[in-house]
Amino acid sequence: MSMNIVDKKRRLLMSGCAALGLGTLAVAAAQSKERVIKVTAKRFDFSPSVIPLKRGVPVTLELTSLDIPMGFNAPDFGVRADMLPGKVAKLRFVPDKAGEFTFYCDIFCGSGHESMSGSLVVT
Amino acid sequence: MGNDSNNDTNNFNGNDKGSDIDRRSFLRLAGLGGVIFASGLSGWAGAAEGGAAANAADDFFFVQLSDSHWGFEGDVNPDAKGTLKKAVATVNALEQLPDFIVFTGDLTHTTDDPRERRQRLKEFKEIVSALKVKTIYFMPGEHDAALDNGKAYQEFFGKTNYTFDHKGVHFIVLDNVSDPAARIGDQQLAWLAADLQRQPADARIVVFTHRPLFDLYPQWDWATRDGARAVELLMPHANVTVFYGHIHQENHHMTGHIAHHSAKSLIFPLPAPGSQPKRSPLPWDSAHPYQGLGVRTVQTSARESGYAITELAVGAVKS
Repeated sequence: MSMNIVDKKRRLLMSGCAALGLGTLAVAAAQSKERVIKVTAKRFDFSPSVIPLKRGVPVTLELTSLDIPMGFNAPDFGVRADMLPGKVAKLRFVPDKAGEFTFYCDIFCGSGHESMSGSLVVT
Repeated sequence: MGNDSNNDTNNFNGNDKGSDIDRRSFLRLAGLGGVIFASGLSGWAGAAEGGAAANAADDFFFVQLSDSHWGFEGDVNPDAKGTLKKAVATVNALEQLPDFIVFTGDLTHTTDDPRERRQRLKEFKEIVSALKVKTIYFMPGEHDAALDNGKAYQEFFGKTNYTFDHKGVHFIVLDNVSDPAARIGDQQLAWLAADLQRQPADARIVVFTHRPLFDLYPQWDWATRDGARAVELLMPHANVTVFYGHIHQENHHMTGHIAHHSAKSLIFPLPAPGSQPKRSPLPWDSAHPYQGLGVRTVQTSARESGYAITELAVGAVKS
């Protein structure tokens, strides 16, 4: 009898732990799930211009231009891609450090080119 | 005048005869990116006065101007239409004229209108035609050339990459701006490699280009995408120095034994790399007009492989 009670308690404890474990796993999975973010460019802006990212969580940027050829360059993460009208470039990387980092257009696109930049905010 | 003590001067001097700085010291100091001397215009004054440095047959000096951005309008330079003309006057007022003058790009400020681009190039050319020295080497910056792959620029100034030789120095002009993606490109790199192959390993080589060939601060587009390939080609040569523009301020940097010197602009100074969040121009200081703008003289010496660089302020000359 006493053994049964102990067993029941143990089973409850174990199932509780399992539930807790699954919950932790689920949260972890949500946090580490690769993110996909669409980014568009047009003379002379990026949208969005501020991109929040999670450190250690892979991200794929889907990049396209709405008018003329542009470039997306995030030198702090060593990544760049052309942004062309009518095409989607997929740029995947893992932000490996926290902070605010500049990305900019690296294809000279006109009179507003030099102010065409944005921020990756990695937390 | 040119050697007015009010001038903003500092000699980045590889062969100052009074200091016995040898090449090794020069390179070490240059590697720190520091300004070495702040004095009068001894770098070019020595030549102008026929000093020891000027006696050797192959000694000469040239003038570098950069980033005049003709056509720019904005609060950061209320004398945007006068600064280039003052720079011309500054150079013309030198007591001894340079052997030649080089403009390292961004002659004009960019415009999306191709007709206006040509108008600016035309006006720029007319203004600099007042220079007394008629041997002038030009190259484009991205503001001149990146929107049409150098087409309009070439109509006024010809080729965007070329070489020339002067008194024992081999000069190479590299175009890293006509490609809007800031690439020198395979074709030009092959041309560079072939040219360098014809030079002895100890040839004195000077490269003129607009953008830095190394990653100075890519976050502000202060780089050339394939610049490392050019540096790699230059590396086997013992005596290579690069003069460039683009960043609107002095900067001295070493990649191995190769020295890279950027020039001030003639329109507005930009902040030091990464010193503020955005690459916005430094504001005009009415108490110190033209501060941060200038031209430079570069003195060569047949006996030394370093170069004496002297910065001259714009506006110091009474024109």
